[in-house]
This record gives sequence, structure tokens and C-alpha cells, in this order.
Amino acid sequence: MNKPMRPRAKKGTMKRVIKTVFQYYPVLFPLTLICILFSAVVAAIPDILIQKIVAAIETWQPTQNWAPAAKEIVPMVAFLGILYLLSLIAVTVYTQLMAVITQGYLSKMRRKMFDGMQNLPIRYFDSTKHGDIMSHYTNDIDTLRQLISQSIPSLIRAGSVVICVFGIMVYYSLWMTLLVLFGVALMIFVSKKFGGGSAKYFLRHQKSMGAAEGYIQEMMNGQKVIKVFCHEDAAQEDFDRLNDALFQDAYRANCYSNILGPIIQNIGNILYVLVAVVGGALLLTDVPNISISGMPFTLSIVIPFLNMTKQFTGNINQLSQQINHIVMALAGADRIFALMDQAPEEDEGYVTLVNAKIDDEGNVTETKEHTGRWAWKHPHSDGTLTYTPLCGDVRMVDVDFAYEEGKPVLNNISVYAKPGQKVAFVGATGAGKTTITNLINRFYDIADGKIRYDGININKIRKSDLRSSLGIVLQETNLFTGTVMENIRYGKLDATDEECMEAARLAGADSFITRLPNGYETQLSGNGSNLSQGQRQLIAIARAAVADPPVLIMDEATSSIDTRTEAIVQRGMDKLMEGRTVFVIAHRLSTVKNSDVIMVLDHGNIIERGTHDELIAERGTYYQLYTGAFELE
Amino acid sequence: MLKRLLQSVREFKLPTILTLIFITLEAVIETSLPFTTANLVNMIKNGTEMSEVLKLGVVLVILAVASLSCGGIAAITCSKAASGFARNLRHDLFSKVQTYSFENIDKFSSSSLVTRMTTDIAHVQMSYMMIIRTAIRSPLMLIFSTVMAYVMGGSLAAAFVVVIPILAVGLLLVSRKAMPAFRRVFRKYDRLNESIEENVRAMRVVKGFSREEYEKVKFGKASDDIAKEFTFAERIVALNTPLMNFCMYFNMLFILLIGSYLAVRSGGVSVDVGQISAMLTYGMLILMSLMMLSMIYVMLTMSAESMKRITEVLREPPSLSSPENAVYEVKDGSIRFENVNFKYSAKAKHYALSDINLIIPSGATVGILGGTGVGKSSLTQLIPRLYDATDGAVYVGGVDVREYDLSVLRKAVAMVLQKNLLFSGTISENLRWGNPDATDAEIVEACRLACADEFIRSFPDGYDTKIEQGGTNVSGGQKQRLCIARALLAHPKILVLDDSTSAVDTKTDAMIRAAFEEYIPSTTKIIIAQRVASVQHADMIVVMDGGKIVDVGTHEELLHSSEIYREVSEQQSGGGDENE
Repeated sequence: MNKPMRPRAKKGTMKRVIKTVFQYYPVLFPLTLICILFSAVVAAIPDILIQKIVAAIETWQPTQNWAPAAKEIVPMVAFLGILYLLSLIAVTVYTQLMAVITQGYLSKMRRKMFDGMQNLPIRYFDSTKHGDIMSHYTNDIDTLRQLISQSIPSLIRAGSVVICVFGIMVYYSLWMTLLVLFGVALMIFVSKKFGGGSAKYFLRHQKSMGAAEGYIQEMMNGQKVIKVFCHEDAAQEDFDRLNDALFQDAYRANCYSNILGPIIQNIGNILYVLVAVVGGALLLTDVPNISISGMPFTLSIVIPFLNMTKQFTGNINQLSQQINHIVMALAGADRIFALMDQAPEEDEGYVTLVNAKIDDEGNVTETKEHTGRWAWKHPHSDGTLTYTPLCGDVRMVDVDFAYEEGKPVLNNISVYAKPGQKVAFVGATGAGKTTITNLINRFYDIADGKIRYDGININKIRKSDLRSSLGIVLQETNLFTGTVMENIRYGKLDATDEECMEAARLAGADSFITRLPNGYETQLSGNGSNLSQGQRQLIAIARAAVADPPVLIMDEATSSIDTRTEAIVQRGMDKLMEGRTVFVIAHRLSTVKNSDVIMVLDHGNIIERGTHDELIAERGTYYQLYTGAFELE
Repeated sequence: MLKRLLQSVREFKLPTILTLIFITLEAVIETSLPFTTANLVNMIKNGTEMSEVLKLGVVLVILAVASLSCGGIAAITCSKAASGFARNLRHDLFSKVQTYSFENIDKFSSSSLVTRMTTDIAHVQMSYMMIIRTAIRSPLMLIFSTVMAYVMGGSLAAAFVVVIPILAVGLLLVSRKAMPAFRRVFRKYDRLNESIEENVRAMRVVKGFSREEYEKVKFGKASDDIAKEFTFAERIVALNTPLMNFCMYFNMLFILLIGSYLAVRSGGVSVDVGQISAMLTYGMLILMSLMMLSMIYVMLTMSAESMKRITEVLREPPSLSSPENAVYEVKDGSIRFENVNFKYSAKAKHYALSDINLIIPSGATVGILGGTGVGKSSLTQLIPRLYDATDGAVYVGGVDVREYDLSVLRKAVAMVLQKNLLFSGTISENLRWGNPDATDAEIVEACRLACADEFIRSFPDGYDTKIEQGGTNVSGGQKQRLCIARALLAHPKILVLDDSTSAVDTKTDAMIRAAFEEYIPSTTKIIIAQRVASVQHADMIVVMDGGKIVDVGTHEELLHSSEIYREVSEQQSGGGDENE
């Protein structure tokens, strides 16, 4: 309903909004503006004609003869009719165009934001609340819509009406104009006065609303716990307290915003009456008129003045209402532009992954067609090209890393993973296990040390190619709205249905998928909320399997599968890992037991390394973890 | 639906009625203004005495001030009425939800309940404000203005006969056509935003598979599609403006032409310039009120969805309640399941539990083992009557659970849920959920039993440490131990731990179990676990599979008799214990 008060937007935001609208609609937008201006001017013209018509009536009324009066009046009305017709066309054109421009512009902005967002580094998503990102697409875009479709047109329209009407007023009578100006000044004063109070209560309202909504959210989520502890009455009592506070603040805030309208409107009414009274007084007392037209003061001036007063105050009112919207919209636009201006993820890599043919002597040649074999294409500075077959050999040498400067997360990490080896990381939460995998696929860049993939520095490899050679399965499984099949195919967009099913079988997901109501065509939504956590993980594993990457990263991939199911899945998992370099992070030590090497991490350092049997024999940290003496979480 | 909602107005009926009265007064005065002004204009024209003119002028100013006061008062009362109505609605919804059983809660998801209590109520509040301010005012203005126009303008008012039907029909057609289009596109818009959220959440997957370009194309298509539909809907609504302008222009031309003809011909007797001027104002008032009415219509239909969603919650009958002549004492912690079948809702195809027969003596320690989704949680949730058995009966202390007073039963059966939660507040506040009257000593005692005392004391603020919403500032194992302590404080006859030590290391887990044996021997303890180690010392272990009890016995017995138990046990042994 209400949006929180926001800080003022940067200078130049309005200019940028207008500039981009012009950019997207170089013809339509100016045309719209012209139509708005035209219709605004036409709106002011009747006042002049009314004055002339009333003058004509006054002249001819005593004769009660229509014919001569008609000669003056009919052409004027006809002229007005034609103007109205043109204005009607202009209004129709600009309102229709505005609908087209607004939605088109919003869609373009949305796409630009989204496209820009896809290219942002992971760091941005890790350090920005998802709710904040979302609000750019919902709240901020909404304020922008308000700005384009309502505020800008009405600013132009009301502004030009005010100017035109003001001109006409001065043209007729300075005294009367001053009177109207006085009324308007009063209106502005009152709005400012109320505006200040309203902002204060508005903020308070926002705050108590936040408190009540936070409580609602917490209690609705914990409703089952409330039941279990019979805590209903206590919860209700606390809620009522917050609810009452919210009511008080909402009441005050609404008072301020509701009262302004009628007051401004009624000041307009008083002004209307005053114009009539003062006009009459001037008329009866024969005060000399000061005006551009030099006309003497007559009734024919008072009548259009009445009308103009309404128009003037009405439009001023509109302008004052828009100002709040504009301030809010510009703050929103600011945030949208800020997102668009975020520096994208840099990618200076030039080593690419190509389809390759490898002959018996190990010579690699690049081919266009899909061979199932891949090679790194490495152009060198001297103009030569080398091809290195993709094997999945990953080496980290003396790697240091920190998410924030001064807070090292990894120190001197060296890991050698030969093709086909299984390397496991264990250690407490925050020991840096996941960080290591973040560095291999370059979600983050290392501070010091080297990472080599098949002997190539990973900084030289184009990121998209590096990442498609690495399969990842994360603890937090993220599935997309769509069918199960589509979700699996996400790993390899051109995979056939058979390939997807084969991958599912490999991951051990096939048996439960076929038991779903529509099998592979079952629609998933809300991150697969209709599946159990374990089932979701199985689909994620299948998704990685279909990509068939030489290197696989499994970050707590099986943590939510119960031990019995895991035992069933294990065979598939082993098959999936066969022939690949695998990095495994697992809580459950039974999953890492058969690794070629296990690294025990503690505060960013590798404190133990070796096979399961070696580490058990060592009787160190791993042994303690394994026997359950340590809590991992 | 409306009637059910309006029941929540209660003490805010008075401000509502006051609003209606003052708004009506304001409308009456406002419509009389042009009429009086017209008289003034005519007086001036006819050269009436200055004092007479001033007299009327003063009357006019007084009228305008009166209109301002009425408008102001109405603004205040209407704010009070609408905010108060919203307050009562929120209260009613919240207290209704408190009466819900688990089954009711499952039916509405918690996020949907939150939306109903926040966004939907905000919509209703807005509509209520709009309606009491304009629903009476606009038709009144319409009628008054038309009547006034006839009284003053006579035949000039014929213009309205043409204009009003055109505008009314036009507005109706526009809103009838636009609204379904908007509803459709709003739903799509929600889905688009959901897909953005999905993308943001899954960014690691997107980047991991290098699917940035694919996502861009997918989003671009969806966004363009929505823009097209939005444009269509907005273009229909945009027709309102030219329609309104047409009526205004027509009115203007008609009155100017016919008015001046009448004014000249009659020599100012039947119609004079004052009337012409007033007629122009009335024309505006009439058209404005029509416009407002169409807005109300749109607003009402738009918020109808919200109203429906709110009444759904209010109308949902709680599926469980305490019986009349309820039993207020739970004798002991014995439990008996008799031919129990259970499914989560009447519509569900599959039974979550079937053929359950089980007798647990008071004070026993019972382990329940089985894979995910085999019905372990479902089984225990029948004990404190969080759900009712579909067939058969569950007895606690020898009495059918349906005969107990609900709060008595639930206080006797403490449950540590699998999806457990701490709430924002201090640690001791959270613990007192178990027993609001617990002394500090009791709290410490409970925490000792749950092996939580030590780590709580390690916090700088000890028992006054603030827990963040959702308990995010304590580790999983600590959270579980706090939840156990909270349940212990209730001094239950039966304690159910639903996978409540999964994140606790095995040593502590064993210590907690030992403490139970020693300090609360008479309490029946039911432990659901994935780890064999957590249950192997129990007096009795229940092995479940596919919603059925497949084996019951002690560890040694089951190793011989139960294939599943042996399988799980073997898989977990050899180093034996593990962490989750």
C-alpha cells in the first residue's frame, strides 16, 4: 500500500530516465509530448471564448434578438468544437501511445536489468539480500511505471495548463490574478505543513507495520510449535499489542494523507467564492482594471475567472500530488540504474573448449562436429595455437584467499587431483571447504597462488568454458519451474529425452521419477516443493550427470538423503564418479570413506591429508570426527 | 462474504457512520455552491446593492468553510474507521489461526497465511476507505448535481441526458473488458517475478552450467509477452480519458450554444449568464462522480480476490477441538495405538499410516527407526492429538486422546518437532515457552539435562542472549538442544523427540539420553532417529517402513529378526557413528 520514505535520488536521474525513454522511442515519445501539450493548451482556450460569448450575450440580451447574436456566437462555438475535436484526437493518441511506451519501456528496463544481472559476479549475489534484488523488479519498477505513465504526462499537462491559464488571467485582470495567486500560496503553505507531519507519521507507520508483519511471519511459520506448547494465548496477546500500535500509527498517518485532499479542494472552493465576491465588488465599485488586454472590468471577465480559478487550483493540486510520486519514483529509478551500472564479472580468458579428434599418436585436431572428445584451444602471443586434450587434471598450489581483505579464509592450500581421482574435504562449518570449490570454477578469484586445469592457468580459460567442464551439485538444490525432464536437461540443453533418462538412472533418480504422477513430465514449481529434499538432490545429481563433465564438484550433495536411501543411491553415485575427477564435500563421513585422498580443513588450513585408513591410523582430528567426538555444525 | 468481513468492523461502526454523514454534508454543501454563486453573479450583473452582494458573499464563504470542516472531519473519522477495521480483521485472522489444527495449517501454507494477513488486509483497508468516502458521496453528488442542474438550467440540463448514459455505458464497458485482462496479466506478472527470484536463488547453478545466455533469452521472451498483455489492458483503460473528455466537451459546447440562445432570447429571464456558468460547474461535478463510481467498481472487483482469501481463513472450521466434559487429568505416560489408520486429508489417496497397533508402557524409552517418509513423525503426532487418527484410536494414560482437554493433553505430551523453531527473544524467553512460570533454577536444570547449559554460559549474555528470528545465530546442534530443554521444562508425562539430535555429536547425544534415564525415569520417552546409536539402548525399538510397523523389539532381537534394522545397522557400523 504505502512505500517507505526514501532518500532523495541522485541528480541527473530524471534526465537519464527521460533520455532512455527518448532512446527507446525516438518518434513516439516526442509525438506523445506534443499531443499532451496540444491538449493542455486547448483546455485553456475555452476561458477566452467564454468571456467573448458572455460579452456577446450581455450586448444582445436587451434586444432579445437571437439572429445578430448568433452571428457572433455560433462561429465561436463552432471554432471551439473544432478545437475540441482536434484535442480529442490528441488525447486519444497520447493516452494510447503512453500505454504502449510505458509497458514497452518497463519491459526493456526489466530485460536490461536481468541481462546485466546475469553477468554479475557471484560476489554480488552473496553480499546482497535477495529480497533487495527482488524489490528492484517489483517495487522500483512499479514506481517507475507510475513515473512514466502518470507523473510525467500530468506534470507536463498540468504545468502547461497552469501557465496558459495564468497568462489568460493576467491578460484579463491583474487584481483578480493576485487574488487567485494568494489562494494558491495558501494551498502550498498548507500542503507543506501537512506534508511534514505526514512524513513523520508515515515513517512511524512503516516501522510499526514492519514490526507487526515480522511478528506475523514468525508466528505463522512457527504455528505448529505454538500448538505443541499451547502458546496460543500468549502469542495472541503479543500480537494484539503490536496490532494496536500499528492501528494507532496507521490511523495518524492516514489522517494526514486523507485530510490534505479535502482541505486543498475546499480552499479551492473558498477561493472560487472569493473570486465571485471580489469580482462583484470590483464591478460595483468601478476600480480601474489593470490588464494586458486593457479591457475594462466587466461581468464577462468574472465568469471565465470563476472557471479559471477551478482549473488553476485543480491543476496545482495535481502537481502537488505528483511531487511525492516523483521523488519516490526517482529514488526507485536510482536503484534500478545502480543495479544496471554494477560492474559485470570480468572474463579475460582466451583459452576455449573445442570439439576435438585425437588420433592414436595423441595428436589433437579441432573439428566442428560433436566427437565426445574435447580439447583446450590455446592461442599464444606468438600467434601459434596449441591443443590440449581435456582430462580433468586440477592442481592448486599455495592458494590463499579472503572474501574480505584482512580476513583470510584459506591459507597455503595445495591440492593435486589427477584425472579420475576422488578428493574429499571434511571439516567444521566455516573451515573453508566450499570456498575451495568456489575458486576452482572461478566464482571467486584467488588472492595468491596458482590453480591449473590440465596444466593451463584457469585465469586464461574463458569462464563459460571452464564452468561447463565442471559439474556442480550443491547442498542447497535449486530446481526451476518446469518439468522434471526440463530440469535435468538444464545440464545439457541439447540432450535428448533418452540421455536425460539415462542420466537419471545413473543418479538413481529414475525409480522415484517414474513413480511421480506424470513421470518425467511432472511439473515442478516453487523450487520443487512437491518433492522431498532427497528427491530434489537426486534430480540435481542427474542434472550434473547429463552434462557429462570431466570434473565433478559435490558439495554436500547427499546430505539430505537418508542413510538407507543413500546406500541405494551410492552405487549410482559411484558409477557417476567413475572416470571423473571428483571433489566431494560431505558431512557424513561414510560418503567420503572411499576417496583417494581426504583433506581435513580447519580454519582455512589443511591439517591432515591421506586416505581413510591412513587418517584413522593417525588418530588425529579425522579420527575424532569419525568416532563422533566432534560436532560438525 | 461481505457480511462475514463486515462483522469485524465492530467498535468502528461509529466513525464509519460519522464519515458517511460528514461526507454527505460536504457533498450537499459543495453542490449548493455553484447554485449560490450563480445567484451572486446574476445579482452583480443586475447591479444589485453592494451590501446585498457582500451578504451573499459572506454566506458563500461560510458555506465553503463548513464544507472544509466537514471534509476534514470525514477524513479523520474515515482514517480511524479504515485503520480500525484493518486492526480488527488482523486480530480476527490471527486468533482464528490460533484455533487451527495441524491439518488446517497444512491446508493453508504459512506463507499464504502471511500474505492474507498483510497484503490482502492492506487491500481491504484501502477499499474500505475508498468506499466509505466515495461510495455514498459520488452517487449523492450525481443526484444532487443533476437535480440542481434541472432546477437551475431547465432545458439546459438536457445535455446531461445525452452525456450521462454515454459516459456510464462507456465506463462500464471499459472496466468490464479491462479487468479480466488485468487479472490475467497480474497473475503472469507474479509468475515472472517468481522466476526472477528463482534465477537469483539459483545463480550458482546458472553460472555453474554457464546458462546466462539461456536465462536471458527465456526471461526476455516472458517479459515481452507480459508487456504485450499489459499494453493491451492499459490501452483499454486509457480509453477512459478521451471518453471523459468527449463528454466534458460535448457538455461545454451544448451549454454554451443553447445557453446563450436561451439567455439572449429570454432576455435573461429563464436562463442567464450565472446559470450558464453554474451549469458548466455542475457538468464537471456530474462527470467526476461518474468517474469515481467506475473507479469504485474497479477497486471492489480488484479487492474481491483479497476479500475472498480473507474470508476463507475466517470460515475454515478448526478440525480439532476439545470435547465437552473433557478429561482434565493425564494419569500416566502409557500409550496405546489400536488399529490406527491415518491419512493427512480426507482427499489424500494414500494412508500415511496403516494397521498401527502398539502398546508403550509408562516410563519406557522407545526408539523409532526408518527411512524418510515412512510415517515416523506421523505416528508420534497422533499422540498429542496434533492430528486425529482416521480410523482406530490412540490412548494416553488409558484414555482416548479425543476425550482430553486439548491443552491438558498437549502439556502432558511434549514434542520436539523435526522442523523446530526458536523465536526472536532471549534464550530464557524461548525456554519459558515450555512453562511460563518456570523459575531460573528450573531453566538451568532443564538445560543441564539437555546438555545446553554449558554452551549457553559460554555466550557473553548467557541466558539473556538474544536469539535472532528463526534462531539463525546458534548452530544446528545448539538449537536442537535448546528445543529439547524447552520441552523438558513442561515436565511432560511423555516426551517425543522427532529426529531432534541429528546435528548433535554422538557423545553429547549419549549424554542427553543418559540424563533422561537418570532424571526423568517416569516420563515415557519416544525417540525418532536416523542413527542406530541413538536408539539401540531403548527398551523397545519400532522399525517402520511404508507407513507400517514392520518390527518391534530390542536392539539384539531386531538384529536377528529385522532385515531393515540389520541393513541400517550394518551400514552405519564400522566406526559406527556418524554425524549429520
